[in-house]
Amino acid sequence: MVGRPVSRLEGKLKVTGAARYAAEYDVPDLLYGYVVNSTITKGKITRIDVSAAKALNGVLEVITHENRPDVASVDLKYTDMDAPPGVVFKPLLDAEVKYNGQPLALVIAEDFETARYAATLVIIEYQEEPFETCLDHNLEKARKPEKGLATMLKPPPPPPTGNFEQAFKDSPVKVDSEFRHGTEHHNPIELFATTTVYEGEGKLTIYDKTQGTVNNQLFVANVFGLHYKDVRVLSPFVGGAFGAGLRPQYQLYLCVMASLFLKRNVRVVLERKQMYPFPHRPQSYQRLRFAADANGRLTALNHLAISEASQFEDYVETVAQWSHKLYPAPNTLFEYKLASLDLFTPLDMRAPGGVTALHAIECTMDELAYEASIDPLEFRLRNYAETDPVTGKPFTSKALRECYMRAAKQFGWEKRSPAPGSMTRGNKFVGYGMATGIWDAYQFPSRVEAMITQDGKLVLNNAVTDIGTGTLTVMTQVAADELGMPMENVTFNYGDSKKPFSMFQGGSSMTASTGVGIVVAVKALKKKLLKKAKDIDGSPFKNVSGEDVAFRDGSIFLRRSPSVSVSFQEIVAANGGRPVKTTNMGAPHVLKLRKYAKATHSAAFVEVEVDKELKMITVTRAITAVAAGTIINPKTARSQITGSMVWGISKALHEETILDEKLGKYMNQNLAEYHIPVHADINELDVIFADERDDLINELGVKGVGEIGLVAMPAAVANAVFHATGKRIRELPIHFDKLL
Amino acid sequence: MNNFEYKQATDAIDATDAVAASEDAMFIAGGTNLVDLWKYNLVHPKLLVDINHLHNHKHITELENGGLRLGALVTNADTAYHPLVEERYPLLSKAILAGASPQIRNMATNGGNLLQRTRCYYFYDPDVPCNKREPGSGCPAMEGYNRIHAILGASDQCIAVFPSDMCVALAALGAVVNVSGNNGERSIPFTDFHRLPGDAPDIDNHLHHGDLITSIDLPVRGFAQNYSYLKLRDRHSYAFALVSVATALELDGGIIRDARLALGGVAHKPWRMHEAESVLIGRTADEATFAAAAEVILADAKGFKYNNFKIELARRAIIRNGMMALNPETQLPGAQPSA
Repeated sequence: MVGRPVSRLEGKLKVTGAARYAAEYDVPDLLYGYVVNSTITKGKITRIDVSAAKALNGVLEVITHENRPDVASVDLKYTDMDAPPGVVFKPLLDAEVKYNGQPLALVIAEDFETARYAATLVIIEYQEEPFETCLDHNLEKARKPEKGLATMLKPPPPPPTGNFEQAFKDSPVKVDSEFRHGTEHHNPIELFATTTVYEGEGKLTIYDKTQGTVNNQLFVANVFGLHYKDVRVLSPFVGGAFGAGLRPQYQLYLCVMASLFLKRNVRVVLERKQMYPFPHRPQSYQRLRFAADANGRLTALNHLAISEASQFEDYVETVAQWSHKLYPAPNTLFEYKLASLDLFTPLDMRAPGGVTALHAIECTMDELAYEASIDPLEFRLRNYAETDPVTGKPFTSKALRECYMRAAKQFGWEKRSPAPGSMTRGNKFVGYGMATGIWDAYQFPSRVEAMITQDGKLVLNNAVTDIGTGTLTVMTQVAADELGMPMENVTFNYGDSKKPFSMFQGGSSMTASTGVGIVVAVKALKKKLLKKAKDIDGSPFKNVSGEDVAFRDGSIFLRRSPSVSVSFQEIVAANGGRPVKTTNMGAPHVLKLRKYAKATHSAAFVEVEVDKELKMITVTRAITAVAAGTIINPKTARSQITGSMVWGISKALHEETILDEKLGKYMNQNLAEYHIPVHADINELDVIFADERDDLINELGVKGVGEIGLVAMPAAVANAVFHATGKRIRELPIHFDKLL
Repeated sequence: MNNFEYKQATDAIDATDAVAASEDAMFIAGGTNLVDLWKYNLVHPKLLVDINHLHNHKHITELENGGLRLGALVTNADTAYHPLVEERYPLLSKAILAGASPQIRNMATNGGNLLQRTRCYYFYDPDVPCNKREPGSGCPAMEGYNRIHAILGASDQCIAVFPSDMCVALAALGAVVNVSGNNGERSIPFTDFHRLPGDAPDIDNHLHHGDLITSIDLPVRGFAQNYSYLKLRDRHSYAFALVSVATALELDGGIIRDARLALGGVAHKPWRMHEAESVLIGRTADEATFAAAAEVILADAKGFKYNNFKIELARRAIIRNGMMALNPETQLPGAQPSA
């Protein structure tokens, strides 16, 4: 089944509405919580009056910092698996207001409308304090980030090499550019929601919107002092998350608090605007100085990146060093800094750091190619890294050259005339732009239980979520192949913290992580099945070894005489009807991989039309070629890449959270004004998967697809806009009026 | 959202009586804007008078004078796709279809389209000052993010713009709004229907509390030969206009005999200026002529930090749309610039 474009197994449930999400579980005697958010940006609550709200018929309780139940007092207890260095924010802790929209109270009522109305009756008086929310006006505050656990996944930039300043000064071709990005919010269509079922003293079943069931289980148990085994977090369907579900969000905390406080079943659903005082992609400032010799070989790379942090946590991303993972240069200087602002902590949002950096890097490369009078694609090829430029290590695989060539050919790059504004079509200028993409190839440990049940079918259990990426389908394909079984005889149970361990789902890591877990578990299951088969009285397998048998269609066969077989059903029957099962951990081969560099790569080619007078921009077509190892399911993988390409167009041309720094708050907190592309903005998109075989990376040869479809797109769009108009707009999104 | 009483009106008089009787009463038709405003805690009706059963106002009928009457409760979609509208008032059809989304147009009514509130970010946030929402509280848009705001007719109280596309075409065509109120029925010329913010930005139009729009009359002349609606915005659909232009021409050879020109997305009301139209009349229909009209209509335009571009954009849009009106068949869906 691996390599086949299998449609999503849960697709019908989703399109018919049968799939249930966190806010949709029917629970008896359910109470509804509605959050009251801060209307100021910074200060203290001087008075909070809940009497009018509480007096309303149907309101049970209003929880505030004044009457909240006890929670863990040790900061460490709040530290989820994705927590950056610092002190985790705790809702309803005290009277301090640290950011606009901070949750300050939870109204709990018999029905949602009563709770929502009662929330308007809660009177809060504040003593306001001055605040700073705009990164651009606080760049001088930038400093080195704190180090912590998160630094392992997102290392700081490597130390400088050579002598950048001298080399930059001496190089004949150079570019010095500044880039600015505003805030973006994940805005998944499914609103963040939690339904908590109170199962008796200290015992909870929680339906939550999350990318990590185990992460949130541990968080709830730690914060509220419950036993891990008494907290079960379920998240079988997730209506998009894009990183927003990597950490427990405030509706989970408040919902659990209310459930324990009232010993009742409680649901808290956030409204769209209540998802803006949320983690987000941070504002950023970047300055890049790249230089090349007369032959177009890079001599010096300097990338300074400054991002926003909150006052309490140092969320970090990998930004500054990406150029040197793509291009060799003898003189490098990479710097990454944070400036603390009075906003909530940022969080990973699809291709965190990567898409921020690559917009700047690949636009600078384009600019440098023009300075050197070299075709932008040729310029990349001249600076192609055969081995990792930072460490000199070989890549486990790298088919980026194939990506460039195949995408360029299909796109028709050779038809491009280099001069800006030299290609036209009626009232429009036509621009061709390209860019390179790179992303990490992550793999996390994953524990999988595999069992053959009485009916001879395969059941797998793992706590991982399926955030809409196709995890269920892909894992079923992997397992079916590994055991030589049709997919319909494989059941993959997931999205449940009670199942064996999985990390949260992020970074394009899950196919490698859970997939390898499955391979390892099913391999072990095969051994066990053979052993059990040998134990059967008069078994023809008594003296055979693993190499002598094959597993196919629910039976074990002797390779030499396939008529000799025993079915899984017979094996389970001989096992007293008890399922034959095993639980195993799949993990990356850390020692072996230490000798290699690993990454996924992509190349994006984009055509834009820009109206000659009115300057409205249309992305008329785009092609992305991706090198990400084995593609388990070309259909779901393609969806990941086209979805990311749409996001890339969005980031380049549409998407922005508008921040009013005088008010210290976001102003477009709804999907009508937070612009993402609509159908009319998206035209021809195509995806090419390079034939990249990787026998080193893991058992499946999988490197992951998701973020890699996004990283190259914004720069490719911006470069195409330059080619059409001759204007370099280095601030995203590119508003068309900047071209007037 | 607050608790409220609900009443289904049986006819226009029943409806206006019910609303006039209570300060906190509101009509509801399609609800496409009202329900948002309510959920955002910007309005708090205590009585909701449902006019969706006023069947007399759900028709499009020909008038004796040769014009067309659009019932206030006909949906935007049914109006845009009505054969008589498409044939005789294609400018109106195009403008309607440039607005909102199909789902919203299927719910939204003609009367409601005239009464939608501004999309100013600051107006929509009950936790920040806004003179339109709370007179005297201030206008953070003036010093804030004012990319979508007015360049014409603004006051020192308010720089919000009126968001409708349909109304830009209605202003250009010279429609008349028929209203049923406490003191009987009356008709308001379209360009007098909405008002400028002045020192009372909370008041969008000249209706009194309890007045009900019953229909909109279109005059005989529909400019069906030479017309165009152009909408410039940050994405190709489902976004409000940064600048939109309705142009309607009557040509004799290459000479303009009559002209209509109205702008959307630039002011507190659809912006039509007779002086600019006069510039067009009698001249050759070419870029220079449209540029001359643009100079006049934009003469008093004033930009702010983030919307200054609208002045130049509007100038170019007026020229392009004039040229597009000469060849209506070149117009693209969504009122995009011609290819």
